[in-house]
Amino acid sequence: MTLAVLVAYLGCVLAIGLASHRFFRGTGEDYFVATRTIGPFVLLMSLFGTHMTAFSLLGASGEAYRTGIGVFALMASSSALVVPAVIFFVGTRLWAVGKRHGLLTQVQYFRARYESDGLGLLLFVVLVALVVPYLLIGVMGGGLTLTQITGGQVPGWVGGLVMTAVVMAYVTAGGLRGTAWANTFQTLVFMVLGAVTLAYLLDRLGGLGPALERVAAAHPELMVRGDAVPPLKLLSYTLIPLSVGMFPHIFMHWLSARGAASFRLPVVAYPVCIMIVWVPSVVLGVLGHDTFDDLRGPAVNSVLIRLIEHHAPDVLAGLLGAGVLAAVMSSLDSQVLAIGNMFTQDVVRHYGFHDQMGERQQVLAGRLFVGGVLLLTYLLSLVTPTRIFSLAVWSFSGYAALLPVALAAIFWRRSTRAGAYAAVVTVAVLWIWFFSVGGDDPAYTVGGTGVMPVAVMFLASIAAVVVGSLVSRPPSEATLARFFR
Amino acid sequence: MTAGRAVRVALYGALAALYALHQDAWFRHDPRIVLGLPVGLAYHVAYCVAASLLMALLVKLAWPAGLETDGDAP
Repeated sequence: MTLAVLVAYLGCVLAIGLASHRFFRGTGEDYFVATRTIGPFVLLMSLFGTHMTAFSLLGASGEAYRTGIGVFALMASSSALVVPAVIFFVGTRLWAVGKRHGLLTQVQYFRARYESDGLGLLLFVVLVALVVPYLLIGVMGGGLTLTQITGGQVPGWVGGLVMTAVVMAYVTAGGLRGTAWANTFQTLVFMVLGAVTLAYLLDRLGGLGPALERVAAAHPELMVRGDAVPPLKLLSYTLIPLSVGMFPHIFMHWLSARGAASFRLPVVAYPVCIMIVWVPSVVLGVLGHDTFDDLRGPAVNSVLIRLIEHHAPDVLAGLLGAGVLAAVMSSLDSQVLAIGNMFTQDVVRHYGFHDQMGERQQVLAGRLFVGGVLLLTYLLSLVTPTRIFSLAVWSFSGYAALLPVALAAIFWRRSTRAGAYAAVVTVAVLWIWFFSVGGDDPAYTVGGTGVMPVAVMFLASIAAVVVGSLVSRPPSEATLARFFR
Repeated sequence: MTAGRAVRVALYGALAALYALHQDAWFRHDPRIVLGLPVGLAYHVAYCVAASLLMALLVKLAWPAGLETDGDAP
């Protein structure tokens, strides 16, 4: 039954993604940004589904099981304020400039705003390098979870292969429109599923109040943030959601908006969406102690799966599996499309075939890159060690620390190519240094102070862009006229 | 300062204040149950609702000027 639910779910996603092909206009702009026609609701679902990963369901419940309710403040409510603020201040403005100049990628924007091919190339390398672990984590995590949920019926390599094949089918066929439609369905699935799972399991546990009382009696430390999340860690962790302002896949979705008004709903509804997904995960993670009190190490991340196996096997297990697939695939599809877009626009078109490449060739190149990136990701996922999962927070930290480059480009006329170079190089050097020191320690903070590395990198990035800009020649009047009105 | 600008500044101030309120030192070791949840969790659920309300005010009263014009221009 579990397997049947999963197959039915994948069939639905595939059908929705492929149906979008009927609206395909055959141009590069349509393939990569849906000719900028995405309305408010689909934009909200696409952005939210792309941003949320399987961690929101499984990792969050595992962290709550291990450290208690503090994980909600650490990772969820901080995002509930920071992410919509970034969409409001950064997303809307980049959409406007993207539409005015016909931009399709981040690199095109920075290259033009800072008048530098070299900076564009450097950013291309950094942005793609940071997204690679993110892609691998999705495929590997999805495959491993399917194996657990189906009791070993689906081996990890089969789960990863099926996910990869389904994503490849609808992304190559439908481009961003197919991705946005499929994401909308998938985001609704994992949002509804969280609420259904919470209601069902609370009923089986005898209600929220009694279950919390039992856990509180045995583990009072889980009912408070306490020492699990010290103040400096809580404060510096609020910088990590700034990464949303530099994710290439989020940038691509911003460009797809029909108008500035399309951003209004995502800005307002984003905090509520986060609450809907994270509250069930955190509550069920803490209540996991009521059923299993002996999970240790990586096993804590399977607490939600174990709860469902114990209290509601079969259909609900299948639905949970569908939810995990939804969370993984709704990020994976946008990430590979964004990389395909960047290779097509920023490498092939920019360096070789700008004039010779027609609309059909752009679409073909995009499809080939999407297929190639997915195939490579899948093959790498078969040989990559599982310790790569710890790279997620490092990937987010790198993107967050690059945000000052975008903020300066948008809001500061005096910011220059030298400032942007200085910031990117500073972030890269600090990232490598911090990773070499603390990459193997999931609880690493700078010098054991509780300060996350992202805080140091972010402040250094601001300093670099300011100093680098002030000591170099201002941008040309022509460039300022293009980007500031 | 015009009325519109004053509202904008006030909302940006509210945004900074809400960011500061994320540091809930006052509930850090408080195990009470409020609205069926540990108070430290209930506070941050309410925080999400407050963030949504503030965003609604920003969208309504401080929407960036000239975006549609910028975007629609050839």
